[in-house]
Amino acid sequence: MNHLKEEQLVLYYYGEEGDTLTAERHLEVCGQCRELYSCLQRVLNVVDSLPVPERGAEYGLQVWQRLERQIAGRRGARWTAWLRPVPWRWAAAGAALAALLVTAFLAGRYYPQAGRPAVQLASAGLRPDLQANQGVLMVAVGDYLDRSQMVLIELANANPKAGLDISAEQARAGDLVSETRLYRQTAAHTGDTAVASVLDELERVLLDITHAPSELTPEQLATLRNRLEAEGILFKIRVLGSNVRNQELPAGTTAGQKL
Amino acid sequence: MELSDATFVARARSGDTGAFRVLVERHSRTLFRMAFRMTGNESDAEDVVQESLLRAYKQLAKFDERAAFGTWLYRIAMNCSLDLVRARKRRSEQLAPSDPEMDDPLLSLPSGDATPDRLAMSGEVRDRVTEAMNDLSASERTAFVLRHFEGMCIEDVSRVLGCQPGAAKHSVFRAVQKLRRALEPLVSPAK
Repeated sequence: MNHLKEEQLVLYYYGEEGDTLTAERHLEVCGQCRELYSCLQRVLNVVDSLPVPERGAEYGLQVWQRLERQIAGRRGARWTAWLRPVPWRWAAAGAALAALLVTAFLAGRYYPQAGRPAVQLASAGLRPDLQANQGVLMVAVGDYLDRSQMVLIELANANPKAGLDISAEQARAGDLVSETRLYRQTAAHTGDTAVASVLDELERVLLDITHAPSELTPEQLATLRNRLEAEGILFKIRVLGSNVRNQELPAGTTAGQKL
Repeated sequence: MELSDATFVARARSGDTGAFRVLVERHSRTLFRMAFRMTGNESDAEDVVQESLLRAYKQLAKFDERAAFGTWLYRIAMNCSLDLVRARKRRSEQLAPSDPEMDDPLLSLPSGDATPDRLAMSGEVRDRVTEAMNDLSASERTAFVLRHFEGMCIEDVSRVLGCQPGAAKHSVFRAVQKLRRALEPLVSPAK
């Protein structure tokens, strides 16, 4: 009589053995294999008895409390990474001074001046009485610039040894494209060609990121980083963002003031 | 009526951390049980739960909404456990020189006069099972935990391990074979 192999018995135990009927019949008539199978069952029953420490109903909340700190820390780390002095940023400082002049002041120019319609801003969900809501507008524009910066910073600071999955950044860049377009059109409409130019540059970078492969090789990432450095786009956005943030005026103080 | 995971996943993806909190609270205990079986250590299991949920949060944008969130999360946790078990093995191999007595767990078994009934109630069985589980390779342990405790089919096990189903099947077999050899003296009826 051919006995069942140990592997067949294990697979039979888990119902993975194709010919279970043959194994069953064999076990009925073969005491030796039956004893081996019985031993296997006892061993696995003992393994099953291994206790797992219980976690109470509040465990999920405890996990969340620890996790929340990490998530908050991660966001903080992203933001403070931007503040860390990186040589290329300092190198770009000179160019930024010029950029500071030519990029003008986005937010101030967004306010509809006499005779100029506020169609685009209204379509962005902002109320037409912008003069009275300058702070709200500044917050919205500042938030948009922050989000744009963060996408670019994460890519500029990534330095993987292998490929990098950028699908999350791509999704965020995709969301930002339409906002950028809206603000660019508004800047063009108000005649602020310098700001429109920066936003046009940003829009192209965001579009390129959106349409890039979702997994970048270190070389592709280096190319993107070089491009960001060469164009100084991050610095320009940062300066623009700083200016906008400075204009987040307390309600009722200097509303309507032009930059 | 309790809202589904999918609802909270959609909210979490749009930046609602409160929605992610609900998912964390729902799945933490299950993750812990699985992680403990994989790592055999409470503290490591806690780390796996934390790390896998953080990974899930970071990768939420990549989650395919057609799949079950629990299954996806489970696989992340399995991979975290696997990473940890592999790293632990590497560390122990580097730190501990080979000791023949330690290599053969049967040498330190209690005398044969202990009956299975007596042993079943003792912490000794638990220690022996833990040791036997720790002696499995990372892939054997993963394959065994997934198949034996989690009831996954071989195809799913092979997907988690990133190998062919035949290899996954063989890992399960090798794990059971090792466990049987290590634990058989404990469960054999006294002669």
